[in-house]
Amino acid sequence: MNAFTVASPKQRVARSSWRRKVFSFFWGAPLLIWQGAFFFAPLIFLIVLTFWSVRSFRVQPDATLKNWIKILTTEYVWSAYLRSVVLSACCSLITTAAAFPFAYFVAFRLSMRARLFATCLLIVPFFTSYLVRVYTWRTMLGQHGAVNNLLAWIGLPAQTMTDNFFGVLVGFVTLTLPLVCLLHVLSLSYVDKRLVEAAHNLGAPPFTTVLRVIIPSARTGLILGVAFAFVLSFGDFVSPDLLGGRNPPLVSLLIIDQVKGGSNWPSAAVIAMIMVITLVIVVLGASRLAYSGRK
Amino acid sequence: MSRPRSAGFGFGAVLVAIYAFIYAPIVISFIFSFSAERFPTIPLGGVSLQWYGFVWSDPDVHAAFWRSVNVAALAAPIAVFIGFGAAYTDYRSKFFGKALYLTLGLLPPLVPVLILGVAMLFFFARVGLFGGLYSIVISHVVLCTPFAFTVVRLRLTQVNPALEQAAWNLGAGPWRTFASVIVPLCLPAIVAALLVTAAISFDEFAVAWFVSGMNETLPVRVLNFVQGQASPRINAIGSLTFTISMLLVMSALILLFFRTPQGSAPIDAARDKP
Repeated sequence: MNAFTVASPKQRVARSSWRRKVFSFFWGAPLLIWQGAFFFAPLIFLIVLTFWSVRSFRVQPDATLKNWIKILTTEYVWSAYLRSVVLSACCSLITTAAAFPFAYFVAFRLSMRARLFATCLLIVPFFTSYLVRVYTWRTMLGQHGAVNNLLAWIGLPAQTMTDNFFGVLVGFVTLTLPLVCLLHVLSLSYVDKRLVEAAHNLGAPPFTTVLRVIIPSARTGLILGVAFAFVLSFGDFVSPDLLGGRNPPLVSLLIIDQVKGGSNWPSAAVIAMIMVITLVIVVLGASRLAYSGRK
Repeated sequence: MSRPRSAGFGFGAVLVAIYAFIYAPIVISFIFSFSAERFPTIPLGGVSLQWYGFVWSDPDVHAAFWRSVNVAALAAPIAVFIGFGAAYTDYRSKFFGKALYLTLGLLPPLVPVLILGVAMLFFFARVGLFGGLYSIVISHVVLCTPFAFTVVRLRLTQVNPALEQAAWNLGAGPWRTFASVIVPLCLPAIVAALLVTAAISFDEFAVAWFVSGMNETLPVRVLNFVQGQASPRINAIGSLTFTISMLLVMSALILLFFRTPQGSAPIDAARDKP
């Protein structure tokens, strides 16, 4: 912390010595120290570790590209990676397509009080266990689960809904939908209602108003929603495991297996770095889209 | 504004469908925690508390529960101390690189827990911090601090900076001003931040799973249940932890929105001083 300036008009207050500096340091520095030591150091070590080697089951400092070359030339890492990217992209699309009409209704048709209640209902799921929700989906969607019982009762054939991509997507959407809905509701609530009314008065049909007025005004939040859905689902290993049946694996499961199963941590670090790079590209791309042309 | 009735009906259907999808697993899990049968059926076969009984008599669950309580009880105060300090720094100081300072400090929730967990596991193992309850505490502080920051920072935006300046003019030093102006005004937010961070720590399973070694917390126990021999016990544990989390969060909300004095008006804020 340096150059501490006080907004006070009184010079005599601003001048008081290094006691004030100690005071500022005491409150400001812990954040940097803690996050530096326990958040940045691990992330930097993750990068370093990708260049280390394993000899007789022990990780040793080294400067080799072997891990990178090994992982990047393994076919099934790439196929797992592609599956992950496609599934996370699908999750982003589904949640965005579902959240937009929802948020439109909440932001433009509900009263202030109802909107607050609707928003609270979106926050509650954050404090429920994602594990328990995924477990419940598994019992509901399984071969002899309640959904198939229901289908049989109607007279429809049983469907396979777990241990495949459908199951994974159900899990991903469970994880991301509340957050994306929340982002859409927030960004649509900030759209200037006068613009919407002006469009309506000028004779624009509702669909045109949505396309030409509402979506451009709410763009930042909508794109953020896409990015968040992608980032969250891409890093999720619970749904691919419990609802996807691990087979074929997704890239998050490869990391788990490398870490928990074997001792090949450098390889796991390389896969983790590939994920990080992907996520950085997605986030940077999204923020370019979200903020380009903004004053 | 005249719109076709069917459009409104369609939107209503979307609203219901989305809430149904979000709440189906939550409500169903709660209902089946009282099921008398091993496999969930519709309609419910019979009502019993047997799964709660299993949970109650399982020593592993007991140990895991107390580990979770310990971790949350340690991680929450540390995270709130750091988050509060950062929020206060952001509130009263301008310095070179402040945006960077805040970005770096508040970044952790945006990093996927899988990446964070793996990175922390490797690093902790290397520097000898792996495998204890303190490993979980350290990682949960990293995750919780940004939330503590946000809760306190929201409160500080309502505190009139003139109050601090008045205290200085009256001859109080920075510590004295801090103790008698800032702390009393922020007290509800501090308690709320403690409750919210405790709830987050209590629910966190991914990073804890990586760094805890053999010391499994309650969510990690659930993860191991789910991955192994799944049983309706999970529903019982889920309902219990949900109740605890909601109690914490509800208390936080009540503190933030109903007990908070109207600090934006300086006179009211001053009256709030003990």
